[in-house]
Amino acid sequence: MDFQPTEEQRALRAGLREVLAARFGQDALRAAVAAAEAGAPVVDRRLWRELGDTGFFALGLPEEAGGVGLGLPEAVLLFEEAGRALLPGPLVATWLAAGTVPGAAEGRVLVTAYDLGDGLVTYPAEADAVLGGSGPAAVAAGRPAVAAGPAASVDPLTPLGRAARSEGTAEAPGTAGSVGTAGTAGTPGSAGSAGTARPAAAGPGGAGGPGEPAPYRREGALLTAALQVGSALRTTELAVAYAGRREQFGRPIGAFQAVKHLCAQMLVRAELARTAVYAAAVTGDPVETAAAKLLADEAAVRGARDCLQVHGGMGFTWEAEVHLHLKRAWLRAEQWLTAAEAEEALAADLTES
Amino acid sequence: MDLTYTEEEEAFRARLRDWLAGALAKLPPKPSPGDWPGRRAYDAGWQRALYDAGYADLHWDASPTQRLIFLEETERAGAPYVGANFVGLLHAGPTIAAEGTPEQRERWLPPILRGEEIWCQGFSEPDAGSDLAALRTRAVRDGDDYVVTGSKIWTSHAEVADWCELLVRTDPRAPRHRGISWLAMPMDAPGVTVRPLRTLAGSAEFAEVFLDEVRVPVRNRVGDENDGWRVTMVTLSFERGTAFVGEVVACRRVLAELARAARRSGRWDDPALRRRLGRLHAEFGALWRLTQWNVSEAQRSPGGVPGVGGSVFKLRYSHARQELYDAAAEVLGARALVLDGEGGPWVADRLSSLSYTIAAGTSQIQRNIVAERILGLPKGG
Repeated sequence: MDFQPTEEQRALRAGLREVLAARFGQDALRAAVAAAEAGAPVVDRRLWRELGDTGFFALGLPEEAGGVGLGLPEAVLLFEEAGRALLPGPLVATWLAAGTVPGAAEGRVLVTAYDLGDGLVTYPAEADAVLGGSGPAAVAAGRPAVAAGPAASVDPLTPLGRAARSEGTAEAPGTAGSVGTAGTAGTPGSAGSAGTARPAAAGPGGAGGPGEPAPYRREGALLTAALQVGSALRTTELAVAYAGRREQFGRPIGAFQAVKHLCAQMLVRAELARTAVYAAAVTGDPVETAAAKLLADEAAVRGARDCLQVHGGMGFTWEAEVHLHLKRAWLRAEQWLTAAEAEEALAADLTES
Repeated sequence: MDLTYTEEEEAFRARLRDWLAGALAKLPPKPSPGDWPGRRAYDAGWQRALYDAGYADLHWDASPTQRLIFLEETERAGAPYVGANFVGLLHAGPTIAAEGTPEQRERWLPPILRGEEIWCQGFSEPDAGSDLAALRTRAVRDGDDYVVTGSKIWTSHAEVADWCELLVRTDPRAPRHRGISWLAMPMDAPGVTVRPLRTLAGSAEFAEVFLDEVRVPVRNRVGDENDGWRVTMVTLSFERGTAFVGEVVACRRVLAELARAARRSGRWDDPALRRRLGRLHAEFGALWRLTQWNVSEAQRSPGGVPGVGGSVFKLRYSHARQELYDAAAEVLGARALVLDGEGGPWVADRLSSLSYTIAAGTSQIQRNIVAERILGLPKGG
C-alpha cells in the first residue's frame, strides 16, 4: 500500500499547474470576470482547446481511442488544479462526454449537464451539447433547451439558464444517433449508455444497486468534489498569506490564535476532503464518492467563508478573489450530489453493513 | 495512489488473523475496571501471548504498514486493547529504542515486550500542562544519583507501574527547553507517593505522583543531560501517529450499531438523525483513509517516524469521536442518562470521549501546531 501519489502523478499535476499559471493566472481571472459582466462568453475557447491538447478531457479514454489511458486518480489530481485556479467552464460534463460527444475529448466543444436541481442548467448559451437524465439515453446533442431564458447567476463565471425540461423526465433533447459516434468508446454499440465510455465506468447507466447513481453521475460527483478540494486548498493558502501580511496591533493578524485557528481548521477540512476524494478515485466506490462530495463541499464552502472572514473588509469586496471561490463552491455543492442526497446515501449504507 | 496491500502484507494479515482466532479463544475473563492487579495481569498476559507469537514489537520495530494491519486486525477481532502496556509500548519503549544506549535497550525493552514491566508517564505537572516546557520537578546531581523532587499529574496506570518515564529539570538556569532531562524512575523507590485521581467518568484512570527526594541513578537517564526535550518529542510524534488506528475501526463499528439500534427503535424515520449518522459515516471513512495516507507518508520518511500530519488527524478525530457519542445519545434518548441499561457502554464511552480534545495535546495546541509548523504562520499571540 502506498496511498501517496506516484512521481508520475505528481508530475502530471505540476504540469497542469504550470499551464494554468501561465494561461489563467489572477489577471486572467479578473479579466474573465469583467468580460462576463460585459456580456461576453465566459469560456475562453482557445484555452479550452489547449486543455484538450494536453489530454485533460481525454485522460480517461483508452489510448486506442485517442485518449491517455489513465484513470480517476489522475483525473482528480488535474481537477484539483482546475478548482484551485477557478478555471471557468463545464469541465466535469465535458470530461464525462469525452468519447461520446464528438469533439469533447479534444476540447473542441463545451458540454454541459443537467446536474443542478430546480430546472437550472449551467452555460446555457455557450454549451454545444448537454448531458442529462439519469437513465440510458442520457446524452443528447444540441444546445440545452432554455425556454424561460437566462437566469442571473450568483457566480459571475458560471452563467445559468432555466431549462425547458426538468431533469429526470423521459424526453431527452437530441437523438441517440448523435451519440453513436462513440464507436471509439469502451462500450461499442451501446450508443445510449451515457458516460460509460471509460472502462472504469462501463455498464449501463442507472445500473447498480437500488438508489445507486448511474456511473457517470458518480464520476461527475467525484470530479466536482476534486474541484472543491482545489478551491479549499487555495482559500487556505490565500487566508494564510493574508494573515501573515496584514498587520494590526503591531503584528501580523496570523500571530493571533483567533485567526491562526481558523486557518488551521481550514487545512484540516481540506486535507480530510482531499484524502476522501483520492480514496474514492482509487476505489470507485459509490459510498466513498458520496463521502468525498459531502466533505469536499463542506471544505470548499466553509474554507471560502473563513477565508473571507480572515480578509476582513477586503474579503467583502468584489476585487478580492475570495467571493469567486465562495460562489463557485456554493454552485458546485448543488451539482451532481447535494449534501442531503449524500448523507441519505451514506445512511442507507450504514444499515446494509 | 495505491490502496492495495502487497502479497507479503496480505500474508502477514492472514497469519495474524489465524493466530488471533485461536489466541482470543484462550483469553481469561475481563477483570472489572476497579480491579487494578487483575487489569495488570490481564494486560500483561495478552502482551506475553503477543510476544510468544512474535507480534510484540510491532509498535516500534515494524514497517508502518505492518503496524497499521496489526492494529486494524486486532481491533476487528475484538482483541484486548494495549491497556497498561500503553506507555511502555507506545511512549517509553520507542524512545528507549531510538535514543537509549545498548545497555539501556537491553535492560528495559525485553521486559516491556514480554509484558513483565509496566511503564507510566511523568510529563505533565499541575503548572505545566499545554506548556509542558514550564515543568519544575527538579533533579539535582548527587554522586551517581539524581535527587528528584516535585509532582506529576495525569499519570495513567501509576498504581500498577514498575517504571515511570520522567521529565525533570536538570538546569534551572538554561533556556527552559534546554534544561530538561529524561529519566527512567523505578516506581518503588523511596519518596514516590501515588494518589489516584477520579475522572468525571467515575473511574480512577489517572493519578497524581508526588516525588520527595527520590534517588534515581544517573545511568537511568536516556539521552544527554539537558537534552530531554528533544528526546521527548520523538515519543510524542509516535503518540500522534498510528495510536488511534484501532479506535477508528471501533468507531465505524459503533456507528453501524447505532444505525441498527435506531432502526429498531423507530428513530431512524427522523431524517435529521439519519443524515447526522450519514455524515459521521463519511467522517470516519475519511479518517480511516487519512490514517492510510499518514502511514504511507511515514513509510516514505526515514525511520518511519510519523509527521505533523498526525496533528491534522488528531484534531478531526477527537471531535468526530465526541460527535459520534453525542449522536449515540440522540439515538438513546432519555436512556442516555442510564449507566447500567442497554446503552450503558455508549454512555460510558460518551463520558470518556470528553478527554479526547484535551489529552495528548489539546485541540487548541494542535491548531497552533498545524498553523505554525504546517502553514508557517507566526508564533505568539
